[in-house]
Amino acid sequence: MAIVRILNSKKMFKTLKFILAGIVFGIIMIKSQAASWYRIREMFLFESFHMFGIIGTAVAAGIIGIYLIKKCSDREKIKEAVGLKPKEHGIWRYLLGGTIFGIGWALTGACPGPMVVNFGSGYAAMAVVILAAIAGTAFYGIIKNKLPH
Amino acid sequence: MNNLLFEPWPWYTSGLLIALIMLLLILWGKTFGFSSNFRTVCAACGLGSRIPFFNFEWKSTSWNLLFALGALIGGYLATHFLGGNKPPQLSAGALADLDRLGLLAPQSFQPEEIFNFKYLFTLRGFFVLVVGGFLVGFGTRWAGGCTSGHAISGLSNLQWPSLLAVIGFFAGGLVTTWFIWPLLGF
Repeated sequence: MAIVRILNSKKMFKTLKFILAGIVFGIIMIKSQAASWYRIREMFLFESFHMFGIIGTAVAAGIIGIYLIKKCSDREKIKEAVGLKPKEHGIWRYLLGGTIFGIGWALTGACPGPMVVNFGSGYAAMAVVILAAIAGTAFYGIIKNKLPH
Repeated sequence: MNNLLFEPWPWYTSGLLIALIMLLLILWGKTFGFSSNFRTVCAACGLGSRIPFFNFEWKSTSWNLLFALGALIGGYLATHFLGGNKPPQLSAGALADLDRLGLLAPQSFQPEEIFNFKYLFTLRGFFVLVVGGFLVGFGTRWAGGCTSGHAISGLSNLQWPSLLAVIGFFAGGLVTTWFIWPLLGF
């Protein structure tokens, strides 16, 4: 009964629901093997459809889902999230920043989510990758104004 | 049913589930974008007092840290209870490529010859673990998002900046895969 009461308290649910969504995300990343360095390498070699299939299906389903949400919902908070903070203007930040990200992605075989997922699976050395990524973000913050955007 | 759960999941179920996670976050008033957590960590560590970019209300993004905590737990659960540590079955071409790089065919989910502290101070280990991680963290913030924020959320919302970013992701990834990796012998 105590557990039911805790789950019912709104604040607890607000915390738990994000952890639960994260757990499902982590399981998908492992079970789809999208978090494996091998799969990322195979994708960049054009040796397998697997990763293109995953990203393609996610985007196709995402386009339909966002369209439906935009059409059907009029709650302000959801509208704001669907706007997904209209991306900032610029070309260089996306092309150059994206290219740098791509170099890192092909080296580590992991984007930020899978880094954390792999650490959870027991690849302790991923801690180095995560700390290096935090350092990279900090470095961006320092030299931000000197970069083209 | 049991077998389906324990075998690697096919691309279509995986892609659909990723989209569902993104849509669920939208319905909760949030946006799916994992790399923002790095910025949040920088802010939480107090970098905001010296660097304006990290001077923001980071507590309002703490839901994303919870999501990351969940991802970590999910990785643990999938690996230890859902048979997630199986080596990926690669194509013959990909296996030949591993051989050229001097790596073994997959024995486990990740190449043990890379993701191990033992190799941190080899050329390859240092490039993957330290340089690679640094570039991911730097590039994702410059581009304003990673695979989740741009390739999934942004493209699903038909935002053209995300298309530019994804073109960048692949440009950088292809050059690295084809031209930089062969140089990282050991």
